[in-house]
Amino acid sequence: MQENDHSTIDSSRRKALKAGVGLGLFGMFATLGLLPKSAWAAVDRKVFDAKSLKEAFQAMGGLAPADSNLVILDVPETAENGAMVPVTVESKFPRTEQISILVEKNPTALVENLTIAEGTEGFITTRIKMAQTSTVIALVKADGKFYKAVKEVKVTAGGC
Amino acid sequence: MSDPTKMKAVAANGVTEVRALMQHEMETGRRKDESGKLVPAWYITDFKVQHNGRTVLEGQFGTSVSKNPFLVFRFKGGKAGDKLALSWTDNRGEKRNDEVAIG
Repeated sequence: MQENDHSTIDSSRRKALKAGVGLGLFGMFATLGLLPKSAWAAVDRKVFDAKSLKEAFQAMGGLAPADSNLVILDVPETAENGAMVPVTVESKFPRTEQISILVEKNPTALVENLTIAEGTEGFITTRIKMAQTSTVIALVKADGKFYKAVKEVKVTAGGC
Repeated sequence: MSDPTKMKAVAANGVTEVRALMQHEMETGRRKDESGKLVPAWYITDFKVQHNGRTVLEGQFGTSVSKNPFLVFRFKGGKAGDKLALSWTDNRGEKRNDEVAIG
């Protein structure tokens, strides 16, 4: 039992350290709880600066989300106007905690990050900007784990 | 001064569906105006939707959310006449809070 506890702590510590590297020193201090609470917002916002999918997942805490058919991503095959691409994400997980939308080839990858309160359905429709043809990623957090669904949208006229 | 969020919330069979259209330019900071000057980034960073004071959805936006951010979502509960409020803050520190009654 004790051994189990230790391994859990170790693995979350490793993750925290990994995230620290991704966010630089500031992020690491924040991860270690050395910054006042008001600084958390700044750390939070940093995920929106990530230039690539890899950077974004790293900034979000070293995520490696598994593909899941319980995450349904509805996007058009082709978008004539990249300034307004409709996106619907539906999570079939019983307790969806978070839905995020990312675009691989946008100047910054993370588009939006939504916290789903208890009693709110794991469902969202929104509109996003796309600079060019790219994969769109629906990232879902459910029961503390991350899952994703990925689809490509062909963009005729970029809107970033 | 920004314009009010257009919002409609309808309760049916124990679930309330919310459709919201926030009014905001959502400038990415990468667009150039006619004279070739970069238009500074100006966008909603945070929003929150509350039903009778309880948060049902909140989120953070980057610059790739479309102009006049649009959202549809559903939550359990809510009945005709209940208050639904959507508040947002942008990167210039401007804030808005708009309310509708659930229909």
